[in-house]
Amino acid sequence: MNQITNRQAICDTLLQAAKEDKDIVVTCSDSRGSASLAPFAKQFPEQFIELGIAEQNLVTVSAGLAACGKKVFAASPASFLTTRSYEQAKVDVAYSDTNVTLIGISGGVSYGALGMTHHSCQDIAAFAALPGMRVYLPSDRFQTKKLIESLLADKKPAYIRVSRSATEDVYDETIDFILDRANVLGIGKDVTIITCGELVPFALKAAEQLRADGIDTGVIDMYCIKPLDEAAVLKAALLSKLIVTAEEHSPYGGLGSMVSQLICRKHPMRVITLSLPDGHMVEGTNREIFQYYGLDAEGMTRRIREAFASEAAV
Amino acid sequence: MNLTSKTYELRRDIIDMVYRSGAGHVGGDLSVIDILATLYFRVMNVTPENFADGERDRFLLSKGHCVDALYMVLGEKGFFDKEEAKNTFSAYQSRYIGHPNTEVPGIEINSGSLGHGLALGVGMALAAKMDHKRYRTYVVLGDGEMAEGSNYEAMMAAGHYRLDNLCATVDVNRLQISGTTKEVMDGGDMGARFRTFGWNVIEVSDGNDCGQLEEAYRLAASYRGKPTAVIANTQKGRGVSFMEDRKEWHHGVLSKEQYECAVKELTEKIESWKEAECDESNNQQTGNL
Repeated sequence: MNQITNRQAICDTLLQAAKEDKDIVVTCSDSRGSASLAPFAKQFPEQFIELGIAEQNLVTVSAGLAACGKKVFAASPASFLTTRSYEQAKVDVAYSDTNVTLIGISGGVSYGALGMTHHSCQDIAAFAALPGMRVYLPSDRFQTKKLIESLLADKKPAYIRVSRSATEDVYDETIDFILDRANVLGIGKDVTIITCGELVPFALKAAEQLRADGIDTGVIDMYCIKPLDEAAVLKAALLSKLIVTAEEHSPYGGLGSMVSQLICRKHPMRVITLSLPDGHMVEGTNREIFQYYGLDAEGMTRRIREAFASEAAV
Repeated sequence: MNLTSKTYELRRDIIDMVYRSGAGHVGGDLSVIDILATLYFRVMNVTPENFADGERDRFLLSKGHCVDALYMVLGEKGFFDKEEAKNTFSAYQSRYIGHPNTEVPGIEINSGSLGHGLALGVGMALAAKMDHKRYRTYVVLGDGEMAEGSNYEAMMAAGHYRLDNLCATVDVNRLQISGTTKEVMDGGDMGARFRTFGWNVIEVSDGNDCGQLEEAYRLAASYRGKPTAVIANTQKGRGVSFMEDRKEWHHGVLSKEQYECAVKELTEKIESWKEAECDESNNQQTGNL
């Protein structure tokens, strides 16, 4: 299985780009190791700024750098970046429209048994609500690389969440990537699962199992949560009997909420939203947490099978 | 030329704008105006003509609620028509809102949520160092604002990176909306806070004296190896006697009588300052002969 994490893919992409662009700057909050950005700091010390354990400062200093022409990538654990420095992201990045990409590392429940303080299951809702902020949760290393390359080419604010552990490869170097267009890996006649980030490989396995069970299932990798690829969602809504969303996030304000809102407005039908719970979560590794709440391949398969059966009965 | 009469004309402009709009933070405007005037007319190389030049000095009003004063200074510099700002301040669909925003010519970046300006300034000063540019970054903060914890993160980073191209000014007018800063939150000696984080500190005993301020900024610009904090001891409401040292005027709005009284007082002061400046200028000319 692939051992290269998405954060490593980010570092590799930035290393490559920085060779030709001295305006690329990486900022960290004592997080260069956990963000896998130590090689960047070593190779481009003039383009790397350490801000210490001070996430508010990390974000605002990054905005100040960007206001003077720098293309800034600020990396910090998603749990702190998206809550401690929320106002800085709102004012200095989104409102001021600065060229800052905020990279939330070890997002969702990546930190596992470190507990609730270190989880970030509110970040999609919080950041999607900021006017001018884009929200991306790439699935594998190939998609992450393409996403970073695209963001290097524009000058707008963005938030990216990546996981701590390596994600199974979904694509290869030939990935077909257009910024803000979902990777549609299939539309099922019966079910389409719309998901993102680390859950994409689980959804693909679940779809395979469901198809074996006679339920035609497809998967949309909606890495671009804001702006949501509405056309991809509506295509699935037109062709599938049931839409399922799955996300490593709270039940409120995330992918499920956004997909439901769109479907309700444009093509009303039943949507099943799979997510983490609104509450104190079970202790364990991220994999154990996924399993406990039915977000791994087996859990998704079971819950979708049940939902589809009840849908068919209706 | 002495700046004093100009700062009193700007005070009268501020009173005009605040009266016409029924909005603004007049007390702080009147304490900070001498700092702004000194920076824009004596210290910084910022003009409407060079505003797109990467080498221009950068200015950030962290205590953004005193944007009324900044608008009048920017208008005086020729960035826009002062009357337009006076007539539309805080009005429906106006770009002259109650905090600095980049829709207004001359504003570097949006600000006004307290505790952001210094960190933005750190970023701008770091960018100058990276690019080997000579511009300086000036940030003006309020003493009430210094209760925001984010300021101390920014102070720490500025000290750590020895940003001698960064200059912070704290407008110490000793009053905030609920009372004196000492009563509301006494953070201790202002200069000591900066020194702790490795800053050069210059105390200005009368922060409403443009001459003292100019000298402080001259010293700051030549200081190497540390960022400089100018601690400007000012008076809230300075120049309008019924507003001086009164927290009620933090964002008080003037009645017609109060407006007329303030304008009368400021106009008399402008005349007397101009006379004094004229005498001084004549004396100098005589001396030269």
